Parts: sequence; structure tokens; C-alpha cells
Amino acid sequence: MAPDGMGKYRGVWVSIEQGDGNPARVSLELLGEGRTLAEELGADVTAILIGEGVSAIAKELIYYGADRVIIADNPIARDYRTEVYTEIIVEQVLKEMPEILLIGATYMGRDLAPRLSARLHTGCTADCTELHIDKEMRLLVATKPYFGRNLMADIICPFHRPQIVTVRPGVMELKAQDRGRKGELISVDVDLREEDVKIKVLDTVKSGPGGVSLEEADKVVVGGMGVGNQAGFEMVKELAHLLGAEVGTTSLPIDEGWISEDYKIGQTGKTIRPRLYIGCGVSGAIQHAAGMINSELVVAINNNPKADIFHFADYGIIGDVNQILPALITELSTVDRKN
Amino acid sequence: MDIIVCVKQVPETSEIGWDPKTGTLLREGAGGILNPTDKNALEAALQLREEHGGHITALSMGPPQAEEVLREALSMGVDRAVLLSDSLLAGADTLSTSYALGLAVKKVARYDLILCSKESSDGMTAQVGPQLAELLNLPQLTYATEIAVNHNRVRIKQRLEGGFRILETCLPALITVERGINQPRIPPMDSILETYRDREVQVWGAEELGGDKDHFGLKGSPTQARSVYSKRVKRGQVSILEGEPDEVARKLIGILRQRDLLRGLHGT
Repeated sequence: MAPDGMGKYRGVWVSIEQGDGNPARVSLELLGEGRTLAEELGADVTAILIGEGVSAIAKELIYYGADRVIIADNPIARDYRTEVYTEIIVEQVLKEMPEILLIGATYMGRDLAPRLSARLHTGCTADCTELHIDKEMRLLVATKPYFGRNLMADIICPFHRPQIVTVRPGVMELKAQDRGRKGELISVDVDLREEDVKIKVLDTVKSGPGGVSLEEADKVVVGGMGVGNQAGFEMVKELAHLLGAEVGTTSLPIDEGWISEDYKIGQTGKTIRPRLYIGCGVSGAIQHAAGMINSELVVAINNNPKADIFHFADYGIIGDVNQILPALITELSTVDRKN
Repeated sequence: MDIIVCVKQVPETSEIGWDPKTGTLLREGAGGILNPTDKNALEAALQLREEHGGHITALSMGPPQAEEVLREALSMGVDRAVLLSDSLLAGADTLSTSYALGLAVKKVARYDLILCSKESSDGMTAQVGPQLAELLNLPQLTYATEIAVNHNRVRIKQRLEGGFRILETCLPALITVERGINQPRIPPMDSILETYRDREVQVWGAEELGGDKDHFGLKGSPTQARSVYSKRVKRGQVSILEGEPDEVARKLIGILRQRDLLRGLHGT
């Protein structure tokens, strides 16, 4: 039995992020995850699609798991703006009373989800790594790495609805689409005037391709705090370059300013699935492990034999990163000359 | 132009205790530092004050020891520091925290801008900024890497995946800043000493805040940690490569070649 007063809320909703005429991949991942949760609950999956000229996307959302798509297609929603999206979603949520709302933890999703939670006075759990249903209580249980080393928490929101959670791109598997699936398309009016929207988008600049594509990388070399300093981190980059690998990192080197946040791997960064992962001076805290545990071959270099990363590495080198990295760089350069 | 900067004391290390009964963190007694990106929010406020004049209040919520991070804010140059501290506020999730901060902002009353860091280094949810903006009915401008104020309008450069946007809104507004926005100043030693000798950190409890006590702390938090447990990620057995650096390097490169992971490199 659901907690008091919560039984009237039904259904799993996914807020869809889109751009350039395509849904964001994370939104499709969440439709698949939403489908699984909805089947547990015996409920429907609803996608809420907002933008200008986005109706063409709606069918694809059904192929990926939506039973219904609520479409708010309006020029006022051309660019993502917190107020506009909040108004539209809140109006529909209050009308239809879903029990769960899933949102991709992108820049946009992390801007929107907490605003919605405050407007609706409900809970929002960020960056979850697993979701499941407690059937007895009809509750969403959101699992995420918790503060501190190797702690996980199961977070619930028992007495408020909808239960809002955000999930980073790549955390949930993209399920295959089913082009035979049928669903309902529902267009809704947007009752907002431009003069009432306080935020104006003056310019949007895309840096275009050539950015970091860690999620698709075949090999990733990761520098952790154990590299010691900027010079140590430069060696990580050099090794990556010689291996044809992408560079990744953990939280602390970003705090130190050795590398930008775009390269962060883990629960609050990117999720990777490379054939080869090499961790240099990475301790292997669960926050980082959550984003790399599906790597095929894991190599760890760390001077602390008790470092957690040795619990999930295939090959380990116990030693000073600042001695091992130059040796690896020399060895790879020698391979180059030999050939 | 009057500015409120929200700051937070965060644990210095990732080793932090938790209460197995409530699933909340034991902030009491843990060593704490000013959340690193809060320094960028404070620096942004100080630069805006240099340009436009006005008054800066630093605001925090936490146990009594969180006073230390407000002393740091004072030594950087803010005009006033207020700590919300009360056992009724303990165990708050992000929404409950935002509720208490919102009451404090209303009590401070005079402000044109609220600055927060994008996220704290411990929770990393990035939720308090947007939630506080909503509770105060303010427009929110998130992930700012530049801020410019012109009369009653504010413009930011907003960092996004693979690019950025320029956003503009009217004051008052709430902005969350990225770490890259500026280089925070390091307070001179005499300013730090003066802060401890002559300056006051005001402490407000639940009584001073007013509001609805049911929205405070653990009790007022929609989300709860049902269970917190230790989990070690494990998979198989690690093979340790032994030897001098050049020896282990040779061994590892050999393994990578064997596994066909060097194909296409250097003509191999």
C-alpha cells in the first residue's frame, strides 16, 4: 500500500530534452528505464515533449517506450528556459498527477529538476545510478553513491509526489526501439506570453564537433589525485596521446585546476565503457567507480597497495605514478621506433 | 547593488561519518572547509561591489563550527556574515535547506542579486540554487562563467554541454557560478586576524527565521535516506605486475599488444 494520500498518483513521466530536431540520447535511455518501472507499477509511461517544431520527434519517443506523448509545441519554447519549461510541466503534472518524473542530469535537466521540485514541493534526488520499485509501498527507491568513501544510499520520497529523480547520460542502457509500438499523442496549449518570461536568450554558441567524447572512447587514461601536480597530469595526457586514448579524471584534479570538468568520469560526471581503462593515481572511490565499472580491461597504477581500485582492476602496478608513467611513455615511444 | 552570497562548509576529506538511524551526515565534529567554488561566488560578488558599490552579506547554514567559513568570507571582504544554526534545522535535504535560506534572505531583505556556487563539493546535487530561486520567485541564471550588470539588468555567459549561451534578465535574480568564472583573492593575513578579533558572525536560529517549523530539518525534508550502506566494487582478481618501472612498463605494453589494444598505433 502506498503511503497515505499517495495512492491517487499514477504513472511514470519522462521529461524529454531535445535539440536540432532530435531527442537527447539520455531522454531515450530514461524512456526505457521508465518502461521497466512502469511495468512494475502496472502504470503507463508518458513523455513530455516541449519545444518549437518538435512534434516530429513524438513517434520516436513511442518507439523507445512511451505510451503517451504530451506535446507542447510553441515558439515561446524554442530555447530551453527554466520558467517556460517549469510552467508547462507543472501545469500538466497538477492536472494528471504522475507518481514519478525522470529527468536527464544534463546542464538543462539539473537546472530544471530542482526548480520543479520546489514549485511542486516534492523531493528531487540527483544523479541516481540505479532505480527500482518497492512494490509493497509503491515507492521509487533511488540508489546513488553517498557522501564519503564507498557509501551508497537508497533515497526515497515517501510523502510527496511526483518523486523526481535525475540520471546522468549513459548510466541507463539505451534499449532497442520497437517501431511497431503504438501510443497516444496529446497536444496541449501553452498559455504564456513572451512579455511575461523574465529570461531572454541573447545568443547560443555551439563549439561543434571535436569536443570531448569520452562516452564513446575505446580507450581512456585517467589521472587522479595521485599524479601529484600539473606536470604529472601532463604525463597522463602524453600517455593517452601515445595510446590513441581520451583523457579522463576524477573530482580532485578538477578542484586543483589541472584539467576542466568536461573530463570528469563518475557518478557526477561521465559514464564510460571503453575496451581499455588505465587509472593513474586513481584511488577508486565509488563515486568514480560508478562511471567506469563497465570498462573491459582495467589497469591501475597506484602507490598504495590498499587502494580500492585494486579490488576491481585486472592488472595492477604498485608504484609511484611519476616513475611508472615516464617508463610507459618511453616504452611506447620505443615500440614506435622498433616499427 | 546589494548581494547575498550563499556559502557552505564542506568536509575536508571524503571520510565523513553518518548516523545509521537517520541516514543523515554527522557534520558535527568533522573538519570543514569553505566549499571551493563558493570562493568564486564570493569573488564575483566582491568584483561587482568594486564596480557598482553596495553591500555584501554572506549566508550559511550549518552547525556552530560553520562560523569558520563565514570568517573566511569576512576576511575576503564581505560586509556581513550570517549563520543559520539550530538543531531544528539539522538533517535538512536540499529543499528544506533552501526553505531556511529563503527565510533568511527575506529577513536580510535588501538584495539585488543572490550568488551561489554551482554545487557543493560534498553533495554535488546543484539543487539549492534553483530551489532557492523558486522559493523566492526569482529568475535563475545557472552555470555562469561571466557576469555583467547594467542598471537593473544582468547578463551572464552560461556554460552548457558543448557550448554556451548568453542570458539576460532583470534584477533581482539568482546566479550560480562555475569555478572557472574568476580567480578568488587570497585574503591578507592582517585581514584574517582582524576578522577573528573585531568582526561578528551573526547566528540566527529557527525562532529568528520564523516560517513554518514543519518545513525545517530532517522532518521537513521530502527525501529521506532509507538506508546507507558500504559497498565495495569488486570484480575478479587483480594480477599485480612486479619489477622496476621499466620492467613493469614493458610487461604492461606487452599485455596491451597481446590484447590487440595497440593496433593502428605507430604502424604496429
